[in-house]
This record gives sequence, structure tokens and C-alpha cells, in this order.
Amino acid sequence: MSVAENLPEAPPQAAGDVILEVRDLTKHFHLGGGLFGGPPAVVKAVDGVSFSIRRGETLGLVGESGCGKTTTGRCILLLEQPTGGQVIFEGKDLTKLSPAEIRVVRRKIQVIFQDPYSSLNPRMTIGQMLDEPMAVHGIVPERRARQDRVRELLTVVGLLPSMASRYPHELSGGQRQRVGIARALATEPSLIICDEPVSALDVSIQAQIVNLLENLQEQFHLTYLFVAHDLSVVRHISDRVAVMYLGKVAEITDRTALYAEPLHPYTQALLSAVPIPDPEIESHRQRMVLGGEVPSALNPPSGCVFHPRCPIAIEDCKRIVPEVREVRPGHRVACIRV
Amino acid sequence: MTDVAADTLLDVRDLRTEFATSHGVVRAVDGVSWDVRAGETVALVGESGCGKSVSALSIMGLVARPAGRVVGGEIWFKGRDLLKLSEDEMRDIRGREIAMVFQEPMTSLNPVLTVGRQITEACEIHLGYTPTQAHARAVEVLGFVGIPDGARRLKQYPHQFSGGMRQRLMIAIALSCRPDLILADEPTTALDVTIQAQILDLMKDLSRQFGTANLIITHNLGVVARYADRVNVMYAGKIVERGTAREIYANPRHPYTLGLLRSVPRLDEPKRARLDPIQGQPPDLTRLPPGCAFAPRCAFAIDRCRAEVPPLTSVGGAHQSACWVADSLPGVAAKPVAEQVPA
Ligand SMILES: Nc1ncnc2c1ncn2[C@@H]1O[C@H](COP(=O)(O)OP(=O)(O)OP(=O)(O)O)[C@@H](O)[C@H]1O
Ligand SMILES: Nc1ncnc2c1ncn2[C@@H]1O[C@H](COP(=O)(O)OP(=O)(O)OP(=O)(O)O)[C@@H](O)[C@H]1O
Ligand code: SF4
Ligand SMILES: [Mg+2]
Ligand SMILES: [Mg+2]
Repeated sequence: MSVAENLPEAPPQAAGDVILEVRDLTKHFHLGGGLFGGPPAVVKAVDGVSFSIRRGETLGLVGESGCGKTTTGRCILLLEQPTGGQVIFEGKDLTKLSPAEIRVVRRKIQVIFQDPYSSLNPRMTIGQMLDEPMAVHGIVPERRARQDRVRELLTVVGLLPSMASRYPHELSGGQRQRVGIARALATEPSLIICDEPVSALDVSIQAQIVNLLENLQEQFHLTYLFVAHDLSVVRHISDRVAVMYLGKVAEITDRTALYAEPLHPYTQALLSAVPIPDPEIESHRQRMVLGGEVPSALNPPSGCVFHPRCPIAIEDCKRIVPEVREVRPGHRVACIRV
Repeated sequence: MTDVAADTLLDVRDLRTEFATSHGVVRAVDGVSWDVRAGETVALVGESGCGKSVSALSIMGLVARPAGRVVGGEIWFKGRDLLKLSEDEMRDIRGREIAMVFQEPMTSLNPVLTVGRQITEACEIHLGYTPTQAHARAVEVLGFVGIPDGARRLKQYPHQFSGGMRQRLMIAIALSCRPDLILADEPTTALDVTIQAQILDLMKDLSRQFGTANLIITHNLGVVARYADRVNVMYAGKIVERGTAREIYANPRHPYTLGLLRSVPRLDEPKRARLDPIQGQPPDLTRLPPGCAFAPRCAFAIDRCRAEVPPLTSVGGAHQSACWVADSLPGVAAKPVAEQVPA
């Protein structure tokens, strides 16, 4: 089980200070009994997640649909009130801020959504859309100067300044995603949560946007939390990667270590299931096939949440909730058999 | 016209499907020909909006009317031109001989019918099964798609199934009447790759076991490489390249195919500093340029490309490309030695 990462590579940029630390974050949703009867239930969308991101780095976040990636991002963005745990951004615990402090933080943490169609207001021009956050946050108080800044932002993301007068429906999907990126940049953030920023785009446009995000990161020294399904794209863009399964972190480490030597059986299965775009290779590739169904967050399995699908599970896995242990420097895994 | 191989199951010839919209006529499928042989898996790949789903819907006789209309061509299936059949005759074929797995499972499952009823109904209508026989068949096909405990599952409703299970349920319904051909439209989009592999392995198994033919519509080039025998690459309503999967990946002869293959990062190759995207934007089908629809984005375009539509012609045996400079294109980026392959 190894993914070729065998050519020498430049080491990741000298790591900056820790910009964000998520400590034991939990977010539970309470569902009323309601529609189909039955007792009220709790969805443990995020269940004890911890990780940190250094300034200027990209942390990839992957995992099955519904494993809690978006909810984690929304807690960091203060769009959800966490049930427990801490979100420490630039040294301050966001769960304990005053409203005035929250305003400042809102400006520093921005988001790029998956769906460029529904995340833009159809009745605002692109220019108004970019102007608004700057006005609200008082970033460029003078109106004229803001117009210049709008044109500059459009240029930075590879659009024509004249697009300021257009409406979202007049743009293509890729162009709308560029507007979404420009809007995130408008408040001069230091951290951007990219929640599947390329999943809704054509394959031929995805590479354009990934390159743009990388160029902007260099230019403005941005930090990214990059949520995605596509493990090849995540490998391309991330410095480190966290793999989630059912509300928990299964494994987190450097990109190189994760792809070359994944330790958690779920990560191993994920990587071995990624099809390689080459029929020659695919025709004699051995894969690790997982049985079973991804369980529901409403009724998670006992012990290790992965045990019903795990090829190396033993009796203890049904009982013991594995803690996330550092098995090598910087490589943390939640599995009692590792 | 290419001659028809003896085991050709579906033969689509010069299909044209249009939509009347407020911006003008959209030629969603613009003179497309392709075929599927018994037991084979054929892939249809291409940009969003290039006409893949509309191609499949045209075969099923399900193009949204009145805006949409098949305006030309023939669809030969087991000796009959489907475009000449009545709605009643099509209803017998749909589900029974050709089954479709739709792009979004939740919209094509009936939320108020039990899972069991959605399978047994088709078996009773199409195969003339008694309720008991139909029930047994339903349990059996759920087993095929890896949903255990079928008897209990049949009493549930679609919303009680997870996303991956609904996808499999769609495939179970498609299989239930033993169709000759399954049209699967993005059957695994948005699923975890481990579930994706489970579902596609299953479809491949069934074609080995029962000779079912599959048409897989996808934009995932990895999926195509793993599962397809032959590939049709579409761009703006037309097929721009086709061939065996090996021909297309090892020796792409259309700049769009080449661009797609070069733009995706690959787990088996070293990380690149930057990706190598196709420049420009996907085309607006109501305002296509006069010559080759790819010309505005094409790095290899010559004057002729902007004036004349390139025909689909052979670049070696059955490998075809619609490009004026097909013979002088470079290969897929030189790869750094034969690499160690992920196990
Ligand atoms: N507002 C809510 N109320 C109830 N449950 C919710 C709510 N938001 C999310 N959930 C549940 O929490 C879990 C995690 O959802 P989340 O959207 O974070 O997953 P995700 O990893 O982003 O998935 P995807 O890859 O599909 O985007 C899911 O089971 C989801 O159904
Ligand atoms: N009901 C409709 N009315 C008008 N235009 C339509 C309709 N259905 C499809 N089209 C147009 O026909 C073209 C082909 O659409 P189709 O759904 O086949 O694309 P596709 O290749 O399946 O794309 P995707 O990968 O996004 O599913 C598109 O440009 C689309 O806008
Ligand atoms: S015909 Fe011309 S424009 Fe079209 S793909 Fe070939 S080289 Fe490019
Ligand atoms: Mg999400
Ligand atoms: Mg489609």
C-alpha cells in the first residue's frame, strides 16, 4: 500500500505559527421525534475533533459524505455554536468572544462554498457583492477607493474589471467561483475555509481554480482549510491532511506521509479505491475492497466507529473507542491496531 | 456508416436532439453516432452540459417535451428503431430491456412507495411475476447489490436508506427485470470512493455473469479508465474522440481529451508545482462558433479550425478523432519513468 511520492520534493514552507487550533470540538444536532415518530435523536455531526493549522499552510480535510466536514468548518466560521470544545484563532477562543470581537474575527476568517450558483445573491451586481463586505467591515471607508479595490480584486482572480456591472446569472460556473473567491478576499482574511470549492465545476475548469487558489495563497500568505472529496486534488494542494470518519478524525499527518504510508485502515481503503486515470495501470492494480455500509451518524457503532467495515478489526474494536494517538512525530491515528 | 458488428446491441446513428429556449435553439445532441455491444461497458465522458444525459434520455424516450425534441437520427436496438416505436411499445422496453440509473437517485425513487414495491411492481408488469415471485426476486437483487437482510429492507422507504444505499437501490431496480442494457448516468457522483468502487465492481461483475451491457456516463476519468472497454468523448453536443479506453488514454488524438488528461492531478505521479488546465470557458450551446466548437480554447487551432467543422475520422482503426490537426498532436505529458503503482 504505497502511493508513489518517491521523487524528491521541496520540503513544505517553513512552518509559521499556529493560526488555528481546534480542540476536542463537538457539535450535536438534536432532532425532535417528529415526522416518523420514534424518540428524539442526537446526530453527533462532529464528535471530539482536534487539529491545528499553521499560518500559510493548507490542511486538507477529507472523508465520506456526512462525516462532519462542513459542520467543522461552520463551527470555525461561527455559523454554528459548538456543543463542546474550543476553537482558538490567533490565540483567542472564538467560543468565548464578545460581539465586538466576533466582528473582527468574521473579517479574518472567510469561506468559499461549493456551489457558486446558490452562494451569490442573484439581485446584486458582482461589484456590489464585492463592495458590501468592505463597507460593512470598514476596510476601505472611502467609496471611490472601494471601486478601485473591486476592480483590483476582479483582476486578481482572473476576471475583467468590467465584470463588476454584471449579474451572477450572466457568468459561467467557473467565473462565479472566481467571484466567490474575490468576495472571500475582499476583507483581507488570513484564514479561508474552502468547502469543496471545485466539486461543482467542470473537470476542465477545476485545474484553473486550484491554480488560482495556490497563486493567491503565495501572494497573500493565506491559510486554507480545504475540504474536498477528490483525494488527488487534496494531495496536490495540501501540506497536511486530516481524514474524518463519522464525526471523528481517523488520521492526520503530512501530505507525504499520508499518501505514501497511510496507517489507518480507512485511509488505506480510501487511497486504494481512488481510480487512476490510466487503463493500463488499472488493469493490474490490486485494491482493498471494503464491505458494509457507511453507518449513520444517528446511530454510530460502538467502540471504533469504523469497526463494522474494517478489514483488520478484532473483538476489542467493538468496545474500545480508540483515542487519536501520535504514533510518529506529527502523525496521529485513531486505531488500536496501529 | 460504420458496419455494424454482429453483437451490436444498441446502435445510435446521427442522433439529433434539440431544446427550444428563450436564448435560441440548443443543439444538445448534434449528430452523434455510437454503439454498445452485448456484455460491454462503454463510457460517455465530457464537459458538463455537453449532452451526455440528453443522449441517454433520448434513447429512453424521456426527453422533456415540449421544449425538447429528437429531431433526427435512428436508435437501433435489437433490430428495431426505437424512434419509430409508439409510447406503449417504449413503455415495454423501458425498465424491461433497457434500464436507466438516473443522475440523482432521490428524484427518481418514489418517496411514498416502499422500497419493495418499487422493485416488485416492475417485475409484475414486465415479467408477469406473481407477487410471491416478485418478492423473491426483489430480495435476490438487493443481495446482488450488497444490501443484506433484504426481506426487512423491502418494507422500508427510500428516505430510510443512506445515499450510497439509494444508489445501490437504483441499480437493484435497474437489474430486477434482467435488462440487456443499463444506462447509468453519473451513478457514483458524490459517493465516497470506497462505495463507488463497490457499486461499479458490482456492475462489471453482472456484465460478466449475465452479459448485461453498460453505458456509464461520467466525468471521472479514473472511473472510465478502470471500468470502460470503449470511450466516447463529447464536447458541445458532438463526439470529438472515441476508441478503446487504452487508445484514448495512451494516445489521445483530440486536444480536448489531451487537455482533460493533462489537467487532472494523479495519485500515481509526483505532485506538480501547478496543474495544467484547459484555458477558457465551456461553450455556450446557443452561440457556438462556426468551425470546431473547441477552437476558442484550443492551443493547437489553425485557421481552418475557425472556419470548418472537423469531421470524426479514423486516426488508426476504430480510434477516431474530430480534429483538423489530430495527426500532429503531442502525446500526454512525458511521464517520469514507469512508476511504482499504488497497490
Ligand atoms: N442543521 C442540521 N441539523 C441536523 N443534522 C445536521 C445538520 N447539519 C448537518 N447535520 C448532520 O450532520 C452530519 C454531518 O454533516 P456535514 O454537512 O458536516 O457533513 P459533510 O462531511 O460536510 O458531508 P458532505 O461531504 O456530504 O458535504 C450529517 O449526518 C448531517 O446529516
Ligand atoms: N429541459 C431542457 N430545456 C432546455 N435545455 C436543456 C434541457 N435539458 C438539457 N438542456 C440543455 O442541453 C444541454 C445538454 O444537457 P445534458 O443534461 O445532456 O448535459 P450533460 O452532458 O449531462 O451535463 P452534466 O455533466 O452537467 O450532467 C445543456 O446545455 C442543457 O442546458
Ligand atoms: S480542430 Fe482545431 S480547434 Fe478543434 S480541436 Fe483540433 S486543433 Fe483544436
Ligand atoms: Mg459538506
Ligand atoms: Mg448529465
